[in-house]
Amino acid sequence: MKTLAIRLSLIAVVAAILITACGGAPIPAPTQAPQIVEVTRVVAGTPVVEQVVVTATPPPVVEEKPFRIALILPSSTNDKEWSQSIYEGVLAVQAEMGAENMEIAVSEDTWQIPNAAAAARDYASQGYDLVITHGAQYGTSLAELAVEFPQTSFAWGTTTNTFQADGINNIFAYEPKAEQGGYVNGVMAAMLTKSGTVGITGPIEAGDARLYNAGFTAGALATKPDLKLNISYTGSFSDVSLMSAAAETHIASGADVLSGTSQSVTGAISVCKNKGVYWFAVAWEQFDLAPDIVAANLIYRWDGLIVDMIESHKAGVMGGKAYFLTFKNGGLEMKYNDKIITPEIKAAAEAAIKGIEDGTITLAP
Amino acid sequence: MSELFTLPVLLGILYSGVRLATPYLYAAIGEMFAQRSGVLNLGVEGIMLMGAYTAFFVAMSTHNLWLGLLAACLVGLLMGLLMAFVSVTLQAEQGISGIGLHLFGLGLSSLLFKKTLGSVESISGFQPVKIPVLGDLPLIGEVLFNHNLLVYGAFVLVPVAWWVLTRTTLGLKIRAVGVKPEAADSLGVSVTRIRYFTVGLGGVLAGVAGASLSIALINLFQENMTNGQGFIAVALVYFGGWTPFGVMGGALLFSFVNALQLWIQVKGINLSSDVAVMLPYILTIVALAVGRRSQQPAALAKPFERGEN
Repeated sequence: MKTLAIRLSLIAVVAAILITACGGAPIPAPTQAPQIVEVTRVVAGTPVVEQVVVTATPPPVVEEKPFRIALILPSSTNDKEWSQSIYEGVLAVQAEMGAENMEIAVSEDTWQIPNAAAAARDYASQGYDLVITHGAQYGTSLAELAVEFPQTSFAWGTTTNTFQADGINNIFAYEPKAEQGGYVNGVMAAMLTKSGTVGITGPIEAGDARLYNAGFTAGALATKPDLKLNISYTGSFSDVSLMSAAAETHIASGADVLSGTSQSVTGAISVCKNKGVYWFAVAWEQFDLAPDIVAANLIYRWDGLIVDMIESHKAGVMGGKAYFLTFKNGGLEMKYNDKIITPEIKAAAEAAIKGIEDGTITLAP
Repeated sequence: MSELFTLPVLLGILYSGVRLATPYLYAAIGEMFAQRSGVLNLGVEGIMLMGAYTAFFVAMSTHNLWLGLLAACLVGLLMGLLMAFVSVTLQAEQGISGIGLHLFGLGLSSLLFKKTLGSVESISGFQPVKIPVLGDLPLIGEVLFNHNLLVYGAFVLVPVAWWVLTRTTLGLKIRAVGVKPEAADSLGVSVTRIRYFTVGLGGVLAGVAGASLSIALINLFQENMTNGQGFIAVALVYFGGWTPFGVMGGALLFSFVNALQLWIQVKGINLSSDVAVMLPYILTIVALAVGRRSQQPAALAKPFERGEN
């Protein structure tokens, strides 16, 4: 009984604190000055004067709510790769739209699907307008969420599957044409190598990495058919240690130019820097990691497709569009390190980009 | 397949295997000491991450790699003592508190990285030092005796750990505390003190394991860069039958197979990359399944309370 009494009093204290806390919150000031009128009322034959405060109803303010984007990333916003590229894209759009018109929320390091799905559900239930899950592994959970939250637009990639065939209309899909950038990097790598051996250190043989490697192979072999091109995968997007061991293995087998994708390539770049081997970078700027080693950098520019998704959402088109990042639409951009890339190599790269744009160079998807 | 068994490839596997084994050796030998005294520390991964971050940050700020290494030791010691406090003094469930320590190290190292560095940068780490005479040996001189100091240190640690464990009074006390703590206690050995010592030492070595990645082998810090190596180190202690040389055998086997699978791929041998990357793990499971457990400390993961046992 005594325990019950203590518990009840505890509950009462907590409730009191909560009520006080709530009651203490400032009340928003009325938007117009209160109007004071005098009213005369007759009570039991005696006239009483009292003041009544009447607040005029303010006219409805049509205020455009900021557009709310949630970004769910497999790695971090500073990975110099896949995740950072889209984060920078969203920031660029926010700078364009104005911070007051766009709100960004980011969940990092959610490589695991259940974590990402939980984060996506959280954002959707909070009423976010667009939830981007930035990875090819998130599709199935996205399809389930999209049905539950029809007012939210979802997006994912690398893929072209918007699930419209399954009757879902609020999912966007996107795919960087990594094979285009890979082709151009492959052309330059084949021209830069002196040993005639070039290596690619990939993470997992899927998605963006597979596309990039296929393009790289095509570009390198088109430029130098007798080139020796070695490809390896570490089986992980984040194993920096194994990625550096993979780079060492490529170099030990004669490669003097390397390239690769995923956030773990920092390990490979570090080895290249140590051994004086050139590196071709992908997705986001890696020049500052090794300014004398990174020869060229393929950049993913996401702002164009993000703007289109926002405008589509505002116009009531919640999904169903698949986007590509290409050289032609500005989604892919090549940056060169002039200390390494000679005018001749640069001209070949620019010619390859032009060929891809005008269709004279065709790449199998 | 025949091109895999050429001399340059075999030497390449040896070279990469030795480097890959280095962080595992530090972390697993440290963990072995903790387990031999009866404490299972699953937080090795978290300590490695904090060690890697601290070593990198201090080395970058002071331009002194040795200060970086020292800082990693100190942070490792503190985290080890924290684990000891929770698991020995407070007698918390060791598996759970170890996972807690891992998550703490993971989160804190990521937070500090973001606040202090912001993005991935690389430094010039410990450079290879050629051992006189041995380094000039034909073939193996270059692959075995031309590494940085932390690689040598890891392999020197193995016989030292064996000697401490089997030939000193301290080693005897550690083993006694891990097998029958109540008996050790009745003979005047402080179970608490021994366990604090071993878990603290394990923390220091896990810190060095992290530092070996960030300032000697890869020379950068990235969030969660250990990528599960701390957990593999714990598995290697079981794999190695709780003996230093067993642990070294396990670490080398795991690393050699990892190096081998990379060479299989680079040499374009027709084996799916998925199968190749699975090889080290398959081998570990097989070895664990058939391995002997004679040395497993009887009191492993059991908190000791005086007078109750």
